[in-house]
Amino acid sequence: MSEKIPVTVLTGYLGAGKTTLLNRILTEPHGKKFAVIVNEFGEIGIDNDLVVDADEEVFEMNNGCICCTVRGDLIRIIEGLMKRKGKFDAIIVETTGLADPAPVAQTFFVDQDVQDMTRLDAVVTVVDAKWLKDRLKDAPEAKNQIAFADVLILNKTDLVSEAELKDVEAQIRAINPYAKLHRTQRASVSIADVMDRNAFDLDRILDIEPDFLEEGHHHHHDEEMQSVSFRIQGDVDPEKFMPWVQDLTQREGPNILRCKGILAFKNEPKRFVFQGVHMILDGDLQRDWKPEETRESKIVFIGRKLDRKAIEDGFMATAA
Amino acid sequence: MSTTIPTRPPESLTKNVEAIEASAHVVGAAFLGDVGALALADGRVLLRDAEGAISDVAAHPDAGLLSFASDGKSLVTGGDDGRVVATSAKGEANEIADEKSKWIDAVATNGDGAIAWSAGRSVKARDGKGKIKQWAPPSSVRGLVFAPKGYRLGVAHNNGASLWFPNTDAKPDLLEWKGSHLDIMWSPNGRFVVTSMQENQLHGWGLPEKQHMRMSGYPGKTRSMSWSHDGLWLATSGADAVIIWPFQGEKGPMGKPPRECGVRPAKVTSVAFHPKALVVAAGYDDGCILLCRLTDASELLVRPAGKEGGAISALAWDANGRRMLFGSREGAAGLLTLPV
Repeated sequence: MSEKIPVTVLTGYLGAGKTTLLNRILTEPHGKKFAVIVNEFGEIGIDNDLVVDADEEVFEMNNGCICCTVRGDLIRIIEGLMKRKGKFDAIIVETTGLADPAPVAQTFFVDQDVQDMTRLDAVVTVVDAKWLKDRLKDAPEAKNQIAFADVLILNKTDLVSEAELKDVEAQIRAINPYAKLHRTQRASVSIADVMDRNAFDLDRILDIEPDFLEEGHHHHHDEEMQSVSFRIQGDVDPEKFMPWVQDLTQREGPNILRCKGILAFKNEPKRFVFQGVHMILDGDLQRDWKPEETRESKIVFIGRKLDRKAIEDGFMATAA
Repeated sequence: MSTTIPTRPPESLTKNVEAIEASAHVVGAAFLGDVGALALADGRVLLRDAEGAISDVAAHPDAGLLSFASDGKSLVTGGDDGRVVATSAKGEANEIADEKSKWIDAVATNGDGAIAWSAGRSVKARDGKGKIKQWAPPSSVRGLVFAPKGYRLGVAHNNGASLWFPNTDAKPDLLEWKGSHLDIMWSPNGRFVVTSMQENQLHGWGLPEKQHMRMSGYPGKTRSMSWSHDGLWLATSGADAVIIWPFQGEKGPMGKPPRECGVRPAKVTSVAFHPKALVVAAGYDDGCILLCRLTDASELLVRPAGKEGGAISALAWDANGRRMLFGSREGAAGLLTLPV
């Protein structure tokens, strides 16, 4: 099987600097060719890369569940692009500023063909340092975009004071403590910080950033968006864990924006890594636990109205 | 004679296959009279004439070829250059339409020279005289098919399919069913419309009552469908066997189990019924191709698994069923000539 094509999803509220970041990525001398899926054709002038116009057509799967939506046009475009494999090294999807990132992310879990051919490298969210506070009040999309991010680009830092910046960062951290955050001006960030992150491959990201699942120093939460994480020092029983996590995501799916976890399953030499969006879960056994690693099980949920106590009790009960 | 026992391992026709180097994802295959034509994802149309000479035509220069259809006279292709091109057996490429930057996601032909294509949220139909009509479907379109009789077009889209008479102002007839519909087929007798769906199932409608037919149980998406010559069977891909639905009688396959043939530990990716016999060609994701006879489930090997080239992406028979053209996702192709 040939290598899967990495996909970077670029999101961020209107005017945050998505297009500036995209242009930076595309003009930097990295020697790579990209297929770029955009919504406003002509907004960016690119000669060497393949640019495709998308519709952001979201549809429900026919179970009628509103949180199991996917992007039909994305599937269509990726299938088309895959016929021309070898013409580009990576795909960048630029979503409109008002888009909900969930259907985009879900597309990469739900569609088997897309999953076979591509891997979601990271959701990169550009945030406007000056206007974020206002957006968090009036635009629920802005909050969702932050919650979904694997990488956050806090842009336009030159337009605010250090104190304001710290305040905005605290607000971002209250929503999503796990994403890698970069402060930028004019979206000036090293390409390596944005592309080929393997952020959806938890196994890899933990090799790069071992503290990825640590909640860090920011324990206050956004009153609406929360993140909770728990750890079991040792193994869990898959016979208990799988039904529990499936039941939890089925019941609480609409409230769970992202979830991730790395688990040590009883009598299993490999690490089980799972991630999900709303009700859709995707998990697999990945590499072996290394001899120097402590076998432990960690999970993270980002969402709304999460019952911290209930999730903790439920998870702890799956310990082997 | 009593029952016939299928021979295993299957008898082989591999010596009757001539290899063709396609060097690009084969999107589709068709015969233009005696000439075999392959639509290639790199924008070329490859032609193999009756004497075996190979040539290629840059139907979509420097662009990708996404969709194809054929009426047996020309190969109509749609590209990511926004162009619809008809290539003849002699290698003449005629531009039918240019939608500029829009991708041509689906094309269809009928026997009378009509051509239809979709680009984003727009469907256009051009009749044999060149008159073009346009319709805006409710979502982008991935499947188009002409009715077997009359100038009418079936359009697959989100939450159903629409049947459109391009030459009237009447609103298209909506066949509603929630979900995303991909490819679309119209039964040769005009009674049934069937779509493949994003949700690993088929949906059908009995006309004109719009009676629903749900055909599910596929482990993967169906992306290839083919009617038998008598119009009574519909062969489909998407499982570890060819799934063949019976369309005898008024109710189609409802209440009847599908037939299965060519069961192998690999997924069927392409199917094509023989134009004269109840024999279906099955291409698999491991590169294997079998011919399966419906009457006794006997199998003949056309191409063994594991050869270079990846999944079989295209299969086509010539009009009398003597020869079959195939192609794969990684650029392998070939021509089978059946022994007389």
